[in-house]
Amino acid sequence: MEAMSTSVPIGTALTAGTAGTAGTAGTAGTAGAVGYAAVAAQILVVVAGAPLLTGWMRQVRARLEGRAGAGVLQPWRDTRKLLRKESITPVGTGPAFRAAPALLVATTVVAAALVPLLSTDTPVSSHADLIVVVALIALGTFALALAGLDTGTAFGGMGASREMTIAALVEPTILLSVFALSIPAGTTNIPAIVSGAAHEPARLASPAGLLAAAALAVAVIAETGRIPVDNPSTHLELTMIHEAMTLEYAGPDLALVELGAQMRLTLLLGLLSSLFAPWAIATSGSWAALAIALVAFAAKVCVLAAVLAAAEVLWAKVRLFRVPELLAGSFLLALLAVAASYFLNGAGS
Amino acid sequence: MGLLRKIRATGRVAEPAPPRPEGGVLEKARELGGSAQVRCVDAGSCNGCEIEIAAAFNPLHDAERYGARIVASPRHADVALVTGPVTRNMAEPLRRTVAAMAEPRLVVAVGDCAIDCGEFAGGHGVEGAVADVVPVDLTVPGCPPEPEAIVAALRRVTGR
Ligand code: SF4
Repeated sequence: MEAMSTSVPIGTALTAGTAGTAGTAGTAGTAGAVGYAAVAAQILVVVAGAPLLTGWMRQVRARLEGRAGAGVLQPWRDTRKLLRKESITPVGTGPAFRAAPALLVATTVVAAALVPLLSTDTPVSSHADLIVVVALIALGTFALALAGLDTGTAFGGMGASREMTIAALVEPTILLSVFALSIPAGTTNIPAIVSGAAHEPARLASPAGLLAAAALAVAVIAETGRIPVDNPSTHLELTMIHEAMTLEYAGPDLALVELGAQMRLTLLLGLLSSLFAPWAIATSGSWAALAIALVAFAAKVCVLAAVLAAAEVLWAKVRLFRVPELLAGSFLLALLAVAASYFLNGAGS
Repeated sequence: MGLLRKIRATGRVAEPAPPRPEGGVLEKARELGGSAQVRCVDAGSCNGCEIEIAAAFNPLHDAERYGARIVASPRHADVALVTGPVTRNMAEPLRRTVAAMAEPRLVVAVGDCAIDCGEFAGGHGVEGAVADVVPVDLTVPGCPPEPEAIVAALRRVTGR
């Protein structure tokens, strides 16, 4: 009885908070049910869709290289096989190594629930602050870097140090480029930024929006370890960044690490598309809008992934010592975006 | 842009998939379910076999379409492709590599050298064939074996 009586005010408070932030006209009752469904759908689409997206990218690459390709389902087959295999805890590894795979997946699931991939009107959208989302992503990176150090192998430590070098340059870029969009919206709440941009597309076509889009795209490529920053299919330990930290994982742990990395790619591509192409994202609590948003999300992310895969065929990986230059360039773009957004908006209002 | 035009002009170079190899999928590999991560171990070969393995994964033969993929760590691998006669210095690394792989794991001996020391039988640095050092599940004869034979062996592991 007591549990019941405490849970009711929290539920209503959340729904009220949502309606207040997103500023929708939908009634609280239906918005609640659709909102919860939207959160569940976002998590489900990121978890189940991430391996398919990776398979799709590999398939696009294979076709461009003249190969037949293993099919979009191959990453799911790999995951299924890894889950059946024996799990190995290497001698000398501690809690950091064991906790990292679960932490990586868990932080990504929470971030997937928060970021408005399908709907800006969910029970958790009032908590979806930019800084929370970036911190969740950074926590996953940090956990994996610790695990790389924990193995005590030469390559694990090397990969961890490289990953942290890149993360130190990427996280501020993600923060700044979204800040540039948050200035016209007047808040760092991502759903509010996205729904604002959906109603006022002119914000995105501004110089600030374009600069921020370019900066965020580079940051996403670096954060997910794609060419030209890192090569996800390399076999050369000396050039590895992300792979070097995961060399000691086997069986179910490896399945989680790979799933986590695939989910982060899906999540960040989804964030990019939500921020800069917010069309068809559900801004009100209706089932039809949610269904349309689901289809639109799949289409947008597939197109983005295909572009990324095609770019990977055309580009080569840059030398590790050139990566900071690339990332510093994208940071500068983000900084210019913030400055442009600040001054242009200041002049406008 | 020149590269894009080249990609369009070249089109698909992968040869049509040959019929499934005889013998069907190995009993031990059934659990893998159409996915096999491969770790190559050169235990002392002349590099001829390595070139043929690389050819098996090129766009023409495209072993990846059957679900095989080369990985960087034995911990990620299901299959060890071992080439060459096992030299004294590589015997212990080979044992450790196979021990580092998670069960179920398979060892494929590629080339005549790996099967019975071939050209190098009786050499002073040769410890023995691969089967003398680690248990072997599948062999691919030939000196060097053709890429088609390597692909066929991998298909018996992935079952596709
Ligand atoms: S089988 Fe032939 S090609 Fe292969 S390692 Fe031996 S000598 Fe070289």
